[in-house]
Amino acid sequence: MSRSRSNRLRHQARREWTAYAFLSPGLILFTVFTLFALAFSFYLSFHSWSIIEPYKPFVGFQNYRDALVDPDLGQAVINTAYFTVASIPLTMASGLLIALMLNGRIWGRSIFRAIFYLPVITPIVVSSIVWKFIYNGDYGILNYYLERLRLIDHSINWLSDPNLAMPAVIIMAVWNNLGFAMVIYLAGLQAIPQHYYEAARVDGANSWQQLTRITIPLLAPSTLFLLVTSVIGSFQVFTQIFIMTNGGPIGRTNTIVYFIYQAAFQFFKMGYASALSVLLMLMLGVFTVLQLRFYRIDYGAN
Amino acid sequence: MTVTEPRQIAAARPGPPPPARRHKRISPAEVVLLVVRYVILVAGAIICIVPFFWMVSASFQHEGDIFSWPIQWIPKHPTLGNYRSFFGSGGHIGVWLANTTLVAVVTTVAQLFLDSLMAYAFAKRRFPGRKWIFALFLATLLVPGQMTIIPNYLILKHIPFAGGNDALGQGGHGWLDSYAGLIVPAVVSAFGIFLIRQYMVSIPDELLDAARVEGASEFRIFWSIVMPLCKPVLAASAIFTFGYFWNDFYWPLIVMSSPQHYTLSLGLALFIGAHKTAWTLLMAGSVIATIPVLVVFLIFQRYFVSGIAMTGIK
Repeated sequence: MSRSRSNRLRHQARREWTAYAFLSPGLILFTVFTLFALAFSFYLSFHSWSIIEPYKPFVGFQNYRDALVDPDLGQAVINTAYFTVASIPLTMASGLLIALMLNGRIWGRSIFRAIFYLPVITPIVVSSIVWKFIYNGDYGILNYYLERLRLIDHSINWLSDPNLAMPAVIIMAVWNNLGFAMVIYLAGLQAIPQHYYEAARVDGANSWQQLTRITIPLLAPSTLFLLVTSVIGSFQVFTQIFIMTNGGPIGRTNTIVYFIYQAAFQFFKMGYASALSVLLMLMLGVFTVLQLRFYRIDYGAN
Repeated sequence: MTVTEPRQIAAARPGPPPPARRHKRISPAEVVLLVVRYVILVAGAIICIVPFFWMVSASFQHEGDIFSWPIQWIPKHPTLGNYRSFFGSGGHIGVWLANTTLVAVVTTVAQLFLDSLMAYAFAKRRFPGRKWIFALFLATLLVPGQMTIIPNYLILKHIPFAGGNDALGQGGHGWLDSYAGLIVPAVVSAFGIFLIRQYMVSIPDELLDAARVEGASEFRIFWSIVMPLCKPVLAASAIFTFGYFWNDFYWPLIVMSSPQHYTLSLGLALFIGAHKTAWTLLMAGSVIATIPVLVVFLIFQRYFVSGIAMTGIK
């Protein structure tokens, strides 16, 4: 009895040892490049830290105080909010529209779906370059067709006009992300039981009522999911800005992450940039917590 | 939302209509609705695809032709010159293509392997600290990617004994401007672990116990029993990870500094800065960068859709 018990314990200990062995390679990398990195980021944010400056003094909350009164950062926050508030509803509404059109039996469904999804899988650098070309003031195809249709009478420099640059970036973003919203909505639509619609038809509900009383309310989880992930994504928009506008003209398309990039890697203010990253994390806190809730995590009940 | 597995999606897809419907005549209102539907779809599809047409068309044109109006959708003087000069002696694009492939493939394989190992431990093993460690991984999902960019840049710079560094990580550039710097920090993904673990939890323990009774080692169980059962989730993660690292721009921008180490995205982006008006060349490069992801997408389309459902809504 006691021998078999000690056998079992030894057995268990061996098994436990293998579990740690499975974890350790990943855990080591995770500890260095995530846990330590995060702690280091906080540490940096309380220091005046430049790569080119050997003296890196502790400055307390100075970086945070600087951030709050930095007019350029303020502009970047406004720009990012503008981008987010304009691009997300447009993307989600058009994604929903396309999903509704594609839902059910319709000829060419998978071809249409692939076409709308194409921009999502295209490298963002490529999309940004192509759109920069399309928006080009001298020979972009956008101006060409707008002039042919007599909607404008002279060429417009879309990306260097302070008032048009951000709308241009937003339109490109809608084009880029529409397919993702469509796919999420299509999955949501397929999860709605058909008998709800049958029951509604029996009760005399027309198509519009079915859409507004059944479809849209039952898509709420998809909508919330898209909203949360899109906000998190939009607040970190970077590549389009880097390629299409470099934050210009006169800072009108500068976004938070582009601003952080400049602070860290063009002006080498690592401490200040880290403080900005911490602030960005706090701004996004509500949304990331919401995002986690989608994953319905159980902490190991078995 | 319960669409988490491809099988369920297939089941949720509407089947053929009941036979009675087939004989029903279509009302005029339905015809109008169908026409509206196609008008919206076709218009949207054209807007979606026009930039790609223009990219391909311009990539086969001479520099002068793209400036001349009317626009030539079908090049009047088609040329392969743009592709030739990109692949030719002057351009690095062959190297960038190889670099991107190397980085995307190695990162994907390594990430899937390490994530699966950890997911297995979290899903199927009991050991002290399990919940605590797993919760720690999950907590980092709350952190935006931007948070680790700056510290990891400094960590890479000070990796001991690498890139001319001494034992204290001083003196050289460490893992900056190296493939290791691009790959190693990206190899563990808390989200990947979470995703694979969720899938592994559903594998019955009896299967594993049976193998243990037979005397199989833990690694053998993991590799020969659990991994084959996880193919759907592994395929979905592989495609997403590959796509992510193929397209990634921010991290390569920060890590790499010599042109022979660039990835395609980085190379193209910095090329645009150096040659502001070489649009036809850029379009050729863009086509080259897009084709591989396009091929992967077309081959694995069904995994994309199921993968989005898997990663997306639960």
